[in-house]
Amino acid sequence: MRKLKASLIACLLALVPLLTLAQEDDQVMKARSGKFALTNAKIYTVTNGVIENGTIIISDGIIQAVGANVDIPADAEVFDYKGKEIYPGMIDGGTTLGLAEIGSISEANDFREFGELTPQMQALTAVNPNSVSIPVTRVSGVTTVWTMPRGGVLPGTAASINLFGYTPDQMFAGSKGVVMNFPSTASGRRFRRLSAEEKEKRRKKALKTVNDAWDKAELYAKLDTDEVRNYPEIEALVPVVKNELMLFIEVNAAKDIVSAIEWIQDRGYEKVVFTGVSEGWRVADKIAEAGIPVITGPVQAIPTRQSDNYNSAYANPGVMSEAGVKVALRTMDSENVRNLPYHAGFAAAYGMGREEALKAITINAAEILGVSDQIGSIEVGKKANIFVSTGDPFETSTKITDLFIDGYKVPMTSRQIRLYDEFLNRTPSLDKKKSGIDIKKK
Amino acid sequence: MVLCTLAYGQVQKGDVLIKNGTVITITNGTLENTDVLVRDGKITRIGKGLRTPRGVEEVDATGKFVMPGIIDAHSHIAGSSINEGTSQVTAEVSMEDVVNPLDVAIYRALAGGVTSIHLMHGSANVIGGQNETMKLRYGTMNPDVLRFEGAPRTIKFALGENPTRGGRSRGIQPQSRMGVENMIRNSFTEAIAYKKRWDAYKANKSARKVAPEYDLRMQTLVDIMAGEVLVHCHSYRADEIYMLLKVFADFNIPTLTFQHANEAYKVAPELAEFGASASVFADWWAYKLEVYYSTAYNAAILTKNGVLTSINSDSGELIRHLFHEAAKTQKYGDLSDNEALALITLNPAKQLGIDKRVGSLETGKDGDIAIFDKHPLSVYAVPQMTFVDGVKYFDINNDKADQRIFINPESSIEEVMIFDAHDQHRCMEGANVLSLEELFQNKK
Repeated sequence: MRKLKASLIACLLALVPLLTLAQEDDQVMKARSGKFALTNAKIYTVTNGVIENGTIIISDGIIQAVGANVDIPADAEVFDYKGKEIYPGMIDGGTTLGLAEIGSISEANDFREFGELTPQMQALTAVNPNSVSIPVTRVSGVTTVWTMPRGGVLPGTAASINLFGYTPDQMFAGSKGVVMNFPSTASGRRFRRLSAEEKEKRRKKALKTVNDAWDKAELYAKLDTDEVRNYPEIEALVPVVKNELMLFIEVNAAKDIVSAIEWIQDRGYEKVVFTGVSEGWRVADKIAEAGIPVITGPVQAIPTRQSDNYNSAYANPGVMSEAGVKVALRTMDSENVRNLPYHAGFAAAYGMGREEALKAITINAAEILGVSDQIGSIEVGKKANIFVSTGDPFETSTKITDLFIDGYKVPMTSRQIRLYDEFLNRTPSLDKKKSGIDIKKK
Repeated sequence: MVLCTLAYGQVQKGDVLIKNGTVITITNGTLENTDVLVRDGKITRIGKGLRTPRGVEEVDATGKFVMPGIIDAHSHIAGSSINEGTSQVTAEVSMEDVVNPLDVAIYRALAGGVTSIHLMHGSANVIGGQNETMKLRYGTMNPDVLRFEGAPRTIKFALGENPTRGGRSRGIQPQSRMGVENMIRNSFTEAIAYKKRWDAYKANKSARKVAPEYDLRMQTLVDIMAGEVLVHCHSYRADEIYMLLKVFADFNIPTLTFQHANEAYKVAPELAEFGASASVFADWWAYKLEVYYSTAYNAAILTKNGVLTSINSDSGELIRHLFHEAAKTQKYGDLSDNEALALITLNPAKQLGIDKRVGSLETGKDGDIAIFDKHPLSVYAVPQMTFVDGVKYFDINNDKADQRIFINPESSIEEVMIFDAHDQHRCMEGANVLSLEELFQNKK
């Protein structure tokens, strides 16, 4: 027995150098932090214009300096980005990234909890830092997303996360908000078969659930006691009532947007954001007047009505922005959040303009999500969430070449890139003797 | 005006001179300051400073980009039903019977520069129904007007999760990829026997002999083996793609296009050797297990390995910006402008067997043309005009919001439908499933 053990150990020891080699072969790429100087780039600060030939100094995860004439510390690692452009990391205002891994497999989806009234459910808890979709997303320059629970009337509490880190807390970007699906007169495909009466019945029932919950929360907020209760779904709403926590109301049909504005004015909650807002262009003035910011998208979407212009969804962000609404964009996706710059590009092309569209996925998103003190622009003191590109990131052919999240230089790799490297010129390639596909020409 | 003339089933042909554009021919380079003349629906001249024939409308394309109309090799728009899922083999049914010319999605596709689509049967069964290749001649009540006259017949096959899920839910074969192969081999073998019965009868006709029973399902399979019906097979995983290559090699069927084919990149050398082609998404993945190991570099890997590749939509949303989907192959794999645009023009035309008619701007080809304000691979490109057979079906300067041909008198208030990208695929729509919940999962 002891002999066996000894020989086993000997075997393992012999394997050690092999294992090390194997790891080198696989090129495990790790993120690293340090003092970095990003030089000679065209810098789009978003909040302070464009610096044609600028430098950014990063250390301790923070942007320490930015400008055309910046002293480079002697101990800084210098990256020459001549001919490249630098932007603040893009922010997606609505996703299920980290919560959904494989669409059709319910075991791989954690964004929907049982029940209509579950605002205490924490999206952040279920974020999988090792989701394959996360590197796929960040190598396209999206560095932060709002990841949210879906379904039900009050499905849970969403969170902003940076797309790098090994625990949800390392990823947490610093803000949360309660998600509410405003009782809707519109249809999704799921309820296509419902009659108008059935839909209205459902809507009224949902509205009652909503109002009962908030009535209780308001009552609860008035109680001034340390007594321990266990009423988590109502307790989760209290910070919203006290204007300490944001409320994100998903609302899309024009009629519902108007109802939601009235509803929120009646309730008097101050930290409110509308999300979705597919028909915002129909009532843009009303949203602007109410002063409620909006996270809209996907931009690449089919118009809500058969009679609508083919481009109404493309044009929606621009119309609202023009009316004076503060607009951020979202993909409402999980695996293809990487397309955020293209949604912004379409919004730009159909009326929003490039500058506003860029704001919509950087500083506006940061402000609406309550994290603009930390991210959303390239400014001294902000977190180093930055990407380097070959040009305009909205342009489809543009490549993102470098990526910094939380000050870490994150490797530009993902499973999709590794598959490309492996299969572009596959080895072994075709073995004619064993091809198994010889076709006998007729 | 288009509406009236088409309403009676006559396919309209137009005349137009598109002047002074940047003409992306696909087959003959990109020509600056060039004119394209279409007479009676066909391109008759491409050149500089062409004279405008009397009575021909002139379109000024100065500063604009003129390209062949986009072709979508996988679409379900304008289909009033998608799946005939009552059997695992339904080669006898055809999408030509369910064309809905009233679908406003047709206009929206035109507004994205699309001129032809391949209206496909769904993927619920192993050997599905026949598809319909169409031209987007919107404005007619007559489905026949939309048919791409002379296009080869095509049929849908399906491998992997969708047909095996159907097998599991009904307790029949196939419930595995082994069963899928077996079902295809059995079907072809049965069809060979059917053909032999008919050949024997025809070879030795006599008044006393009774003809074998005619079976449209078997006859269609015979037609596939004769090369008269092109197979477009829903597939994802490399192993199932390889399996079908071997089956087709064994049955001597030389033409085969894999639809979706998210893992085609893994067997690109084998696809190239066989001469099979692939019609893929630019970047869709992870919506089910069999597309979890996808890469957005799929189209580029295939192209660089010599596989004829196209990019399709399978979606009423994506079809509106296939030019943008094609552009993604420049980010993911550095395809050239021409390679990228061929993915949505010439290549799908070849896969559908209509490349003699469409897919490039050449004298003698159909006047199916899209005009963009910027290079069509730019994210900022906005389609300006779309012509089919020289007839203008979309003009951004003459675009009223409501393009419906038919308004349902029963719905007093128009429905508001909120878009969800994850509801886009219709491949499993109408298939027999266990529950409503299941219908809305795993649709693609």
